[in-house]
Amino acid sequence: MDTTVANTGTEGKSWGGGKEPLKSSYGKMMMWFFIVSDALTFSGFLAAYGFSRFKFMGSWPIADEVFTHVPFFHGNYPMIYVAFMTFVLIMSSVTMVLAVDAGHHMKKSKVTWYMFLTIIGGLIFVGSQAWEWGTFIKGEYGAVQTKGGNILQFVDSDGKRVAVSEMAISVEDERVRHLRKNGLWFVEEGPLPVYTVQEVYNGLVAHPNVHIRTQDLNEEGEKTILSREESLTKLKREGTLVVHGANLEVNEYGASLFADFFFFITGFHGFHVFSGVVINIIIFFNVILGTYERRGSYEMVEKVGLYWHFVDLVWVFVFTFFYLV
Amino acid sequence: MAQEHKLEIFRGTLKFKSNTQKIWGVLIFLTLVTIVEVVLGIYKPESLMHAWIAPFEGGLLATLGNLFLSPIIYMKPLNLIFIVLTIVKAYYITWDFMHMRDETGALRRMVVWTGVFLVCYLIFILLQEGGYIQGVYENGFIKTDF
Repeated sequence: MDTTVANTGTEGKSWGGGKEPLKSSYGKMMMWFFIVSDALTFSGFLAAYGFSRFKFMGSWPIADEVFTHVPFFHGNYPMIYVAFMTFVLIMSSVTMVLAVDAGHHMKKSKVTWYMFLTIIGGLIFVGSQAWEWGTFIKGEYGAVQTKGGNILQFVDSDGKRVAVSEMAISVEDERVRHLRKNGLWFVEEGPLPVYTVQEVYNGLVAHPNVHIRTQDLNEEGEKTILSREESLTKLKREGTLVVHGANLEVNEYGASLFADFFFFITGFHGFHVFSGVVINIIIFFNVILGTYERRGSYEMVEKVGLYWHFVDLVWVFVFTFFYLV
Repeated sequence: MAQEHKLEIFRGTLKFKSNTQKIWGVLIFLTLVTIVEVVLGIYKPESLMHAWIAPFEGGLLATLGNLFLSPIIYMKPLNLIFIVLTIVKAYYITWDFMHMRDETGALRRMVVWTGVFLVCYLIFILLQEGGYIQGVYENGFIKTDF
């Protein structure tokens, strides 16, 4: 005898069950719900970025001056590489939707081919992002951090950036890195910066055409450049640390929060792309093995496709708020 | 499985013969929008860098006017264009790539209205507070430049 009630006697009536008002399968609907919640997570991050940006409205780094590199090319090309990344991701979204379409027509070889292209697109994107991170972490010109945590950069009289290594004048320095063996055994110190603030100051004195550029934005939305005297006194009085590149503690491009949010948001997005690629690979092998052919439906391709498009959708917003606005 | 697709975009002004064609059409459109964004982002036309109208001053009406017209009073036109174009792109990715166009109205509203409402709320709260803290810094209650 059945231990559960299979029939309620209400079949065919309004509340008898078996109705599908949304005309969508369980799996697809759950993917949509996941996407809604994940979208809220990302908007939380981006809104937090907006909060910090509003907070430092008058001194936020200008993205065009931060992301100017293109692999294999020297020179100043703002936006070009990130536009390429955006295009790669949109393109892989297109191959994904073509795979879904081929799945609806039960064309196995086409689905396989389009899934393969989607995976390649995803890998190119993740690789580009890794390269972008590498460039950002390495930095380019270097800068000096003040006691208040602000960044002082160096420009020549034409407003072109001057690297710290170009101007600093080395002096014999008795400051030795503190190690456990030559000091307190329970305290450690990281590697010392290549240049000390004193060396940078000597360099500034010796190069009469170099000025300090602060983070503050002027009326035209450009960074303020100090006069010679102001530059010298500011560096003398406030400089504490020479920084190169960006990490979670310091950022030669400006507010350290900018670097923190950059790593956090693009990192979280990159993690999504990476997991999307892994899921795509699993589905790709299932397609090759004929799992969905036997099942009679390629709906799994459609579900993973929804996730993949969502990753693209998030990138559209990250692109706008990190690189454009 | 024969699935019905709606093949019109731009409110029916552009109708495609097959779903595949529609996908390529949407790709071309998204690429164009991205190119416009990148070109504007690189050249930053001077005319778009400053808000077109200054905030109204005076009583309640001025405050209400500032509130309703805040996107064009307090935002650079360039940034406004970027945000609008982003939402346009997001619309076509969701509607055509994610097939939202073919889902039932109830599913569509469930996803879109929930998201849009909560995101607007979040943005309002955080940007409002960020602006307040900026004012505190700017008026010199806290020293940041030393």
